[in-house]
Amino acid sequence: MCLAIPARITAIDPTGQSATVALGAVTRDCSLALIEDAAVGDYVLMHVGYALNRISPEEAQQTLALMREAGVLVDQDGLAPALADTAGPA
Amino acid sequence: MKYIDEFRDRDLARGLAAAIAAAADPTRQYRLMEFCGGHTHAIFRYGLADLMPANVRFIHGPGCPVCVLPMARIDHAITLATQHGVTLCTYADLMRVPAGERRSLLKAKAAGADIRMIYSTSDALRIAREDPGRQVVFFAIGFETTTPPTAVAAKVARAEGLKNFSIFCNHVLTPPALRTILATAGPDGVRLDGILGPSHVSTVIGSQPYGFVPERFGKPVVIAGFEPLDVMQSTLMLIRQLNEGRCEVENQYTRAVTAQGNRKAQALMAEVFRPRETFEWRGLGFLPDSALRLADDYADLDAERRFAVTIGEVREVKGCECPAILRGVKEPTDCKLFGTVCTPDNPMGSCMVSSEGACAAYWGYGRFRKVEG
Ligand code: SF4
Repeated sequence: MCLAIPARITAIDPTGQSATVALGAVTRDCSLALIEDAAVGDYVLMHVGYALNRISPEEAQQTLALMREAGVLVDQDGLAPALADTAGPA
Repeated sequence: MKYIDEFRDRDLARGLAAAIAAAADPTRQYRLMEFCGGHTHAIFRYGLADLMPANVRFIHGPGCPVCVLPMARIDHAITLATQHGVTLCTYADLMRVPAGERRSLLKAKAAGADIRMIYSTSDALRIAREDPGRQVVFFAIGFETTTPPTAVAAKVARAEGLKNFSIFCNHVLTPPALRTILATAGPDGVRLDGILGPSHVSTVIGSQPYGFVPERFGKPVVIAGFEPLDVMQSTLMLIRQLNEGRCEVENQYTRAVTAQGNRKAQALMAEVFRPRETFEWRGLGFLPDSALRLADDYADLDAERRFAVTIGEVREVKGCECPAILRGVKEPTDCKLFGTVCTPDNPMGSCMVSSEGACAAYWGYGRFRKVEG
């Protein structure tokens, strides 16, 4: 119910209130009534047809870097347990 | 897809699982409650519980708006459609939730009531515009994530002077529910060491409102994204806080959550809604200031004022453990009806209906885990 999905703004209508967004190969209408200063190319979190927030590309990169680091640190210490083989999405 | 695939990466998951195993101190327990049903769903879908050491456990919280809605509110909505002859617009998640006397919106629709499933509040407005002679009620539910779109709909209806549109408001607030869980935690309730904080609720309200969790209850919180790697990294952050004796609000989901949240959405909610003195939650009982109603300025759009409905006492299905499951004190497999009488095809309780409900998650992804393990 609280799920919001990342969508890329591909066009903004002249009123600035609504946008066309791409979700992979699919396009949808998305209201911009809840955010400010949206621009074409921005990624937003879309929930029940509304953009809730912009996604920060810098923060996303930073998070991924921290995740990589966490794994690398353990590998260097040789602590990776056998269960690591079962990791990953089904 | 961008911002999805990279947060489901297998190699990163492997590294994070190893880091968690290395960080977890075998002499202590880490009982972590994921507040959101979205997290529960991710934990089961990606088998995250199986990647954790035995002393790191996920305890499922009440953060599923469909699951915590009391049956009487569904009965109320059904009555609007069947006795007041309105067109009732609702998000699909609600259609199959059991109401009193084994009723549901789906059954009411099959029996001829005009109940429409909508994707967005804009659909409800369109339906009202297209048929000005008919009363259209939007059955609004959800946490702070879903509330701002309802506020926009109220503003649009007002601006357009739509006379046949109203809102049956069931929006609930996250912090009061979290407070109740923590206030009743302990030897008699659920035992908790830390909280995986709400994901998309927090994009709207920000990370600030959770300050009371470490301050008043001495438990760490990490605001966590919904992708599997987000949940794993957040778990690692909680383990580190606990190991280091720290207790604070940390934010793992920085790509979408700030301390302040979405101010524009907050302002819209503050204009259109007011806190209710009290509201009933399934499993948690009546909680003060835990839900929203329409502000007096918007009273003309309030379906509860427009249509007089009285609902008698509603009895829960005998044996359904949803209330205890929503408090985190029982697991779905503790319910005698689980998997026998109650399945997703024939749900007895709300926790089996929503894909974010613990019972549905156990059924869909985890039903054989206990047996095999
Ligand atoms: S299995 Fe069904 S009856 Fe039992 S608690 Fe879950 S929803 Fe309720």
